[in-house]
Formats: sequence, structure tokens, C-alpha cells
Amino acid sequence: MSRRPRDPHHNEKIAAEFDPAADDGGPKLSRRSFLKGAGAAAAVAGLLGVQPAAADDAAPEPPLAGAAERLGPGPATFKLRINGATRTVTAEPRVTLLGVLRDHLGLTGAKLVCDRGACGACTVHLDGAPVTSCMMLAIDARGHEITTIEGLGAPDRMHALQDAFVAKDALQCGFCTPGMTMALSAALEANPNPSPAEIKHAIAGNICRCGTYPHVIEAALAAAQAARGQA
Amino acid sequence: MARRVTLRLGFEGGLRDVVVTIPDDEPAPWQWGEKFSVVGVDTPRLDGPLKAAGRAPYTYDIQLPGMLHGAILRSPYPHARIRSVDLGVARRLDGVRAALDRSGAAVRFAGQEVAAVAAVTLEIARDALRLVKVDYAPMPFVTAMEDAMRPDAPAVFESGANVGAPHINEIGNVAAGFETAAASVDAVYTTPVQTHVSLETHGAVASWNGDELTVWCSTQGIFGVRDDLAVHFSLPPENVRVITAYLGGGFGSKFGAGHEVIIAAELARMARAPVKLMLSRAEEHVATGNRPCSQQHVRIGAARDGALTAIELEQHGSGGIGGGSGSAVPYLALYRCPNLRTRERNVYINAGPASPMRAPGWPQGCFALELAIDELARKLNLDRLEMRRRNNPSPVRALEYDIGARAFGWDQRARAPKARGPIRRGVGVASAAWHGIGASGPQAQCVAFRDGRVAVRIGTQDVGTGTRTIIAMVAAEELGVPLQSVTAEIGDTRYLFSLPSGGSMTAPSTTPAVRQAAAHLKGKLLRLAAPALGAAPEDLVISDGVVRVRAEPDRAIEFADLCRRIPGDSLAADGEHVPNYGGYSTAQAGCQFAGVEVDIETGIVRVTDFVAVHDAGVIVDPLTARSQVNGGIIMGVGFALFEDRLIDPQTGLMVNPTMDDYKLPGVLDTPEIRAYFVEVANGITNTGVLGMGEAVHVAATAAIGCAVADAIGAPVRDLPLTPDRVLAAIGGV
Repeated sequence: MSRRPRDPHHNEKIAAEFDPAADDGGPKLSRRSFLKGAGAAAAVAGLLGVQPAAADDAAPEPPLAGAAERLGPGPATFKLRINGATRTVTAEPRVTLLGVLRDHLGLTGAKLVCDRGACGACTVHLDGAPVTSCMMLAIDARGHEITTIEGLGAPDRMHALQDAFVAKDALQCGFCTPGMTMALSAALEANPNPSPAEIKHAIAGNICRCGTYPHVIEAALAAAQAARGQA
Repeated sequence: MARRVTLRLGFEGGLRDVVVTIPDDEPAPWQWGEKFSVVGVDTPRLDGPLKAAGRAPYTYDIQLPGMLHGAILRSPYPHARIRSVDLGVARRLDGVRAALDRSGAAVRFAGQEVAAVAAVTLEIARDALRLVKVDYAPMPFVTAMEDAMRPDAPAVFESGANVGAPHINEIGNVAAGFETAAASVDAVYTTPVQTHVSLETHGAVASWNGDELTVWCSTQGIFGVRDDLAVHFSLPPENVRVITAYLGGGFGSKFGAGHEVIIAAELARMARAPVKLMLSRAEEHVATGNRPCSQQHVRIGAARDGALTAIELEQHGSGGIGGGSGSAVPYLALYRCPNLRTRERNVYINAGPASPMRAPGWPQGCFALELAIDELARKLNLDRLEMRRRNNPSPVRALEYDIGARAFGWDQRARAPKARGPIRRGVGVASAAWHGIGASGPQAQCVAFRDGRVAVRIGTQDVGTGTRTIIAMVAAEELGVPLQSVTAEIGDTRYLFSLPSGGSMTAPSTTPAVRQAAAHLKGKLLRLAAPALGAAPEDLVISDGVVRVRAEPDRAIEFADLCRRIPGDSLAADGEHVPNYGGYSTAQAGCQFAGVEVDIETGIVRVTDFVAVHDAGVIVDPLTARSQVNGGIIMGVGFALFEDRLIDPQTGLMVNPTMDDYKLPGVLDTPEIRAYFVEVANGITNTGVLGMGEAVHVAATAAIGCAVADAIGAPVRDLPLTPDRVLAAIGGV
């Protein structure tokens, strides 16, 4: 990625993009001076800001191997492959993949629950494998194919696993359901004929406070059986 | 005005005729042997596809144009005076749009609200919190209940003692009861603080339009939130609209407008922009409620035949700076005992306030009482189930014991000799009771549209139990139309009033109002059909979506064709929950059997299987009812084996405010669960539906505790049943 000269006003521009009307006219503290003031200067010294990219139609930018890529602390513009489409995002490099999906792209199926990879509610697929999107920076997802629950199926044309979740009542409040479904769909893709023990292993990291696990196991077995019947 | 009807009520083996007086416009209560076409059939929940596809809009998912993100600054000190709060620098951070001071004169727990900001992103809002300057004067504090009970303990409140006055229940003569006992047990049992850990944290999105406030809120009671906000902002209630379309769990912690809801609305007003404020996981653990801890000193005595002669409970519990820590109710409700005294005391500590949690007081009380009964049965050399049968006041539970014992294989498993190896098996049984009978207040509206669709509208909320589905099923049953033509619209204070979803009240309170509304709508539709069919309205019936003349079923009109005759756009009718009738019984019984394996070398407990037998009146949807049973038991596994809010006594901070250090049961901790329902026609409302969310939870932890004691030959009297405690108990054998 090429380095561009930093625009000294980019924080203000970004803030204005969010809400052009809101400005009380008082002196503003930029995020850079805040970081210095908060004693974090050493951590960010030498970091260069990145100008928003001009074109939206360029190919996704692959992550750079080896060479130190410098982004932030202000927003950067980058591209992600999500549910088969290329999406352009302008976000601070510290924003997680989950944060970008939910707050920037309106894909709110994946949930923030534990914020540390302990509950699985934010699970999405990265190149077909389940990852906890709260534990991954959005910029690190560049160059990968991301699939969210919205990409797996819609209410009127659900994935077989989603159908089975409904039929077996494998959900109660439903907040863990997208993550549970994404973890299981990846597992079923890798192993179309799983045993109950293998299904349990696939969702061992997905927490459901309503305690709906027995029905989730039933749903996964039913979906696997249905898929084998079709094959 | 009113009419008397004779109802066949009760359960298999316990039926009787009961006369109840009901209003003229009220459908007669469903009774024993009722023929249903929709009710009682396994039915996937109607909102399942939206949830399974990740499209159900929870509060956390609401996004509004120009929406800001709020965050709360919380005290790092468990007890401190606040000299000053300076928001000046925080306000100047780029992207910050509003900041407010929420501090009072003092904070009494680490995590109490001090200040809040709203900014264009959540990241910037959290940055801004670090720029708020607060001058704290730390004060002495106490965070362990035993420490707080000492005479020289730091005072949590300047105005009163740390230990509250006892709440006393007394029946008969306890001293005399112990004199006649052939054996007695005297032991202390403890249970830890448990937190709700709803997956969706507390929070709201607040948006003002002039002096009208709309709040999307993660709440179990939309009307309570509306009223709290109306009072706080001095608005008429109709200026406040609260929406909870989908709720990511509550378990008792989400009633009323909490600090975070008020703060979101305050920030939104200041910033003149919508504000979303959802708490972090750590905030959720420390500040939004918990199940209080308990220390229960139990004395219990019985005659040689197992009949209880006396129970005495000295209980202390702490809900932090909140009360409500009593756990005596199961001692009063589960078993017959002529002499009983319970004394419950709240102990205050510098920790976040308690809130109701799934059957408040019950899992704690059941754990201690059921373990004590097992210890007593062993002394008397009685079978533990037989001991319970002897003291059981409920004929329904007597049947449930039989069903459960047969399904579980109690007689063989309870008498099986213990294996010699490191894995020891044990079994336990515990009793459940509840009173999910609901209350009056809810009103519902049923609307038929010209295209044949029917909508049920009621201002209730679905906490995950399947409320949408069961109210649609009840309306479809009453109207005689297929479920597919009925939708349920809930979770908005623009609909008619309903009660908060707590105390297992939602199903029993809403379904009678919905059924009455559907009956009233049916009356209007039949009057519309009468001229077309050339018959009187009272001679018409609707079933399977067809309106027929009762005596000549061939004279018929499709429900959808009838709806096309509706003048205007739609036809609506209201209904209400009539105050409960006497009916058959308001008591609700259950029992649960647990099997465990204990590794006596590691002390690790594995729960292998459960049999649950419950009464919940008419079971509208057995599929979602089984989900509730699973959930009640699995939450009991967590309370039994893992969950414990730990506070560092040196700093007063919670050391495990996460979802890995605060361990919840996962799929690998889940036993095989079999659920059985005993059908009871209770006739207390027109549906006779009872709530079951709490009934299915109260006995689970106790059953596991009893099974572990059976496996290792010694009780572990302190929850959670961690390996160190299990090994210590084995070492003491």
C-alpha cells in the first residue's frame, strides 16, 4: 500500500461526515493529540495517517506480507469481500471486523456478546472457516472471502441448517443463533456426516444462555441427514 | 352480566367438576378433554426464520441516521466520595457530542455510574471517558458477606447497619418439633452470587422528536420503561414510545428504565441526535443485577417414618447494595412440615445491586433444603424419593414422582452398588413448585383483514420463550383458522397494555386476553356471515378456516371469502384478562431427577442425564415448552458447577467480569434431558395456561447437588461444586 501525506484535518473531516450539523464551535481535540495527551504517544509515534482512497472499484487490497504497513490512528479506506460482493469501508484501523460488519455495513446478524472470543456469537466465515469477528481487525480481513449469516440464507430462502434450526426449535432468544449457525455450517461443510460428538465439538465455543444446546444438536443432525438425502 | 359454568377440571386420576362464574362476554375456560386443533401441537416458532437468518431486529441492531454512540464512566472504587467531576477535556475531544455528570455524593460499588458521553463512534466515546477527570475520596469498603457481618465492618450505608432486620415466618412450635424427631440434621449451606449474563447486554437507542421520545430498549417490560422515562422527563406517558421487537435474554434483570436507558435518553436530548448505548460485558456483570449469595443454616428433623417434624432456617444473603436476598420460600412451599421457622436477613456489601433472577430465592433455597433432606433420609435409612413422597402435599407431584422415577430408573439406579474405579455415579431427585398463574391487566386486540389475514396485537414482549407463537396459536384455535393466517404483533407500547415478562406471568396473563379478543372478533365475523349463510350467528361455527352452519355443514363459506365482506379495511375486537377464577388449583408442581459422574481423582463432576416432569396447565406449544425445560436445567448446571461472581477483597473489583473466567455451561456440559408434562386442566383462566420458565429451573441445581453427594458418599454444601470442594468432601469421608 502506498503511503500518502497526512491531511492534518482528516479527523475533523471524518467527524463532519458523520454529522455535519453538530459542532458547538469550541476548540477540538484531535484523536492524535488525545493519544499523546493520554500518554500513548510512544505507541503511535511515527504512525502515518492514510488518506481515504479515491476509487471504489479497485480490486481488494491484499494484506502486505513482511513490510511494515502503517495505518491510523485516523480512518483508512479499504475494501473487503463480503458475501460475494466487494465493499468499501472507511474506518479506523482499530475497528474490528465485527464492528465494520455491524456499524459500517449494516450486517447486524453477527453479535457482540463477550468481546473476547469466548462465546462465539460473532462467528463468521473467513475463507470458509469459522472465526470470531470480535477478535479480528477489519483491515486484517482484506483479501479474504468473508461470509456472514446474511450470506448464508434469507428468511424466505434459508440454508438447510437454518431450516432445521427453526423446525427443531434450536433457538430461544435467538441472540447466539447466528454465531451457532455459522460455526455449524462450516463444520457440516467440512464433515457432511457428523456424529453427535463431532457436532458438540463444532459448537463447544458457542455459548447459549437460554440453554438451547440439545435442540441445536438435533437440528444439526437433521440438516446433515437432509443434505445427504438430497445428494 | 355473568353466567355459571360447570367445568371438568384436574388431571388424570384427579378429576372433578368445578362451578365457576364468568362474565357473559368471556369464552368458557378450556377444560379436561378439550379437543384442540392448533393448541398442543409441536409448532416451530413463528419468528424462527427471522432469528435463524440473523434478521431479527434486536435493540442492539437498531441503526438510525446520525446516530451517536454512548458510553458510561464507572467508578473504579468500591466506596468513595466524589469531590468533583470535570467533563471539559472530554467534551473537547473531536467527535464527542454530549457529556453528562451522573455522580451523586458517593459511590458504593466498583462499577457505579459516574459520567457518560456520546460521540460519533463507540471507540471515540470510550476514548472520551478516559479524559473525564474525577476526584474521588476513597472510603473503607467491604465486599465479602462474612466480613460485612462483623461488628467492626466498614458501613456500606452511613444511615444503617450492614445486616438488616430479619424477615420471619413461623408455623407451629419448632422446639417441640425437634423433640419428637427421630433424627435431625444441622448444617450450613452456601450459594454464590450468580449473574444473569443475558447475551444481549442492557441498553437502549433513544431518539427525540420535540418532546416525543422513542426508545428501543432491551427490556422485559416495555410499559415499565415507558412509565419510568415519562416520570424522569416529566412527560405524559403517551409521549414516550418503547419498542422491544426482539430481546436477547433477560432472566429477570431487565425491568424498568435502568441508568443506561435514562442516560441514553439524556445524551440524545443534549446532543439533539439519536444515541445508542449498549453496555459492555464487564458492565453487564457488575452493574445490572445478580442473584444474591446465601448462607443457610438449616436444622431439620423427621420421625422414623420420614415425616418431617421441624425445619429451622437462619439465612443471610447479600445482593450487594440491594436487598431481596431471601431464600426461605421453598422451605414453606415444597413439603409439609407442621413446625417451621425461617429468619432471612439482607446483608449489604459494596457490590452491585441484586435484581430478580429466574425464580428469585428458589434455586438457593432448594439446594440447601433438598441436600438437608437427603442427609436426613440417610440417617433414617430411607429411600430419598420415598422420603419426599411422605412429605409431599401435591397430588399432581405424586403422579410426577411416579412418572419421573419410572423414566429415570430411580429404583435401580438409587440402589445400585457404587463402582470401585475412579468414576463414581450418583443420582438425585428434587422437587419444584411455582405459581405461574399470571395476573390481570393485559388487553389484546384481534384484527381480521379483508385478505383473510388475522393479526393479534398486544403490548407484551418475547423474552425467548415463544410468546409470539403461543398467542398466535391461541387466536388461531379460538377463531378456527389455520395458524399460517395469523401474525402476532408485540413489543411496542402503541399496542394495548400488557404486564412485564417476569414471574412466569407472560403466557398465563396474555393468552386469556388474546383468546377473549379472538372470541369477540369471531362474534363480529359470525354476525357478518349470518346473512350470507341465511342462518343466525349463534348457529354458525368456524373450523379449519371455513364458516359453517352447525346443523348443515355443507352450507359454508371460506373464512377468506367472509373477510372480503368486511366493510372498510379490517374488523377489530378487543379482549382482556378477566381476574383469575378459583378453578382447580393455582399450585404448580414438578420434580427433576439428575444423574452425575464424579471423577474422585480429579474432583470433576459431569452431569449425565436429567428427567424433568412438570405441570404447566395447558401446554400450548410442546416444542417450545421443551426448549424451556432444557434451558432451565442447563442454567441449573451452571449454578451447580461453575458460576461464581468473584470480588477481590483488596480492591473491591470483580475479577471475572468476562465470559471465560465467569464460566457458563456449554454444549459439552449439557446432560441428556427428557421432559414430561402432566396435563392439568386448572380452569383459573379461559385458557388455563401457566408459565413455566421458573418452574423448570428451581430444582435443577438441587438435584445435581443431591446426585453428587450420592456419588461420593458425602454432601458438598457449598456451590459451585468445584473440583477442590469435591475432593475436600471426598477426603473427609
